[in-house]
Amino acid sequence: MSLIEITEVRKSFGSNEVLKGINLDVDPGEVIAIIGKSGSGKSTLLRCVNGLENIDSGSISVAGAQLQPDELHLKALRLKVGMIFQQFNLFPHLTAGGNVMLSQTVVKKVPKPQAEAMARKMLERVGLEHKFDAYPDELSGGQQQRVAIARALAMQPIALLCDEITSALDPELVSEVLAVVRGLAKEGMTLMMVTHEMKFARDVCSRVVFMHQGRVHEIGPPAEVFADPKTPELKQFLGML
Amino acid sequence: MIEFSFWDILRNLLLATRWTVLLSLVAFIGGGLAGMLLLFMRIGRRRALRLFARYYVELFQGTPLLMQLFLAFFGLGLFGINVPAWLAAGVALILWTAAFLVEIWRGCVEAINKGQWEASASLGMGHIQQMRYVVLPQALRIAIPPTVGFSVQVVKGTALTSIIGFVELSKAGTVVTNATFQPFTVYGLVALIYFALCWPLSKSSQILERKLNVAHRNH
Ligand SMILES: Nc1ncnc2c1ncn2[C@@H]1O[C@H](COP(=O)(O)OP(=O)(O)OP(=O)(O)O)[C@@H](O)[C@H]1O
Ligand SMILES: [Mg+2]
Repeated sequence: MSLIEITEVRKSFGSNEVLKGINLDVDPGEVIAIIGKSGSGKSTLLRCVNGLENIDSGSISVAGAQLQPDELHLKALRLKVGMIFQQFNLFPHLTAGGNVMLSQTVVKKVPKPQAEAMARKMLERVGLEHKFDAYPDELSGGQQQRVAIARALAMQPIALLCDEITSALDPELVSEVLAVVRGLAKEGMTLMMVTHEMKFARDVCSRVVFMHQGRVHEIGPPAEVFADPKTPELKQFLGML
Repeated sequence: MIEFSFWDILRNLLLATRWTVLLSLVAFIGGGLAGMLLLFMRIGRRRALRLFARYYVELFQGTPLLMQLFLAFFGLGLFGINVPAWLAAGVALILWTAAFLVEIWRGCVEAINKGQWEASASLGMGHIQQMRYVVLPQALRIAIPPTVGFSVQVVKGTALTSIIGFVELSKAGTVVTNATFQPFTVYGLVALIYFALCWPLSKSSQILERKLNVAHRNH
């Protein structure tokens, strides 16, 4: 059974229909790269899966549970699916450790010592155990993004959504974040990531989704999609036309 | 006629200043608490409460404080409720202060990046948790300078309560003037005392603002 099932999902902002019937099933352990032009609806799709946007029609289910827009269902969903943002969105008034601990203690009611132990373990996993007491503005962009990943992992999600998580980084910091994601993929984490890192998509992803004008325009294993694009739109996007 | 020395005048004014200070504190603390409640309504999920808070602010910001004092003092009297001046003054100033603080604070909450709401939501936090642990700690920090700055307006606002007969600094000034016929000395001293109360407040607001703008801006 698929872990994430996206069926005929439609989403409009006013009269602008951004998602025009998306179908996509993601199996456990799959790493999905979502590529496509600006405005094709990639971020909107991820945000719908996490309930940050309400869908107009169709359905999304995660691990068998339907996405519903009330606070209780949303909370249950978000405990299963973590999200990493382009702009990191760390809590600036808390240390790296505090960032990773907060939602554990507040949402899951984990006692503080356990939350701290988990935070240290997760920071170690992203190579930042020594930055436990550093505030976000004392960290580089790459470090901040890794803390954000640790923060999401501490909730022990079964899948992670990543929206262009390296796009706000200086080029020399991109690889440290991608290395962390690569590690997660190896450990079997289910990932849906919007990315412009084509080489990374080719190396790490199980499938590539090419979105065009609110639809899944082409989908397949990276070898196929990159080497042998079927549609002129994908060819053009990949710079082959 | 009794002769008033300079020190008599000053002593009388300083005694009345206690009431100005007390009324300011009551207005500021009470207004702060009421303002916090209104803030939760204003940015909460419930439409009816949001509208209530909005109209409350518009009503109290859109009418002179003096009218609010009159209404609290004389208005309730019409219903046979005898409101003492201190009560009317306290209630009116609390409501008035709350209306301004809630707008100051709402601006600070809205200055918090939308990404903070989304990140905390994506971690499973509910609205109240997001407010309590993520948004308010950041918003209150940036709210401190304008809030302290506004306290100056509260102190000056207390002067109006002299009109409904509450004996604070301004009213004492009038009383002492009538007894001494030295308006210039008396009102000069009154002004100096107000200045001594307000200046440290506005100065510390400036200093706080500068402090928060330099170095570690975020924590
Ligand atoms: N909150 C919103 N309100 C109105 N329109 C929106 C909103 N969010 C997105 N859109 C519109 O939806 C369309 C798709 O946006 P989306 O962010 O999903 O694109 P994207 O594929 O992620 O693009 P990019 O590569 O630039 O991030 C765009 O036309 C955008 O203007
Ligand atoms: Mg996007």
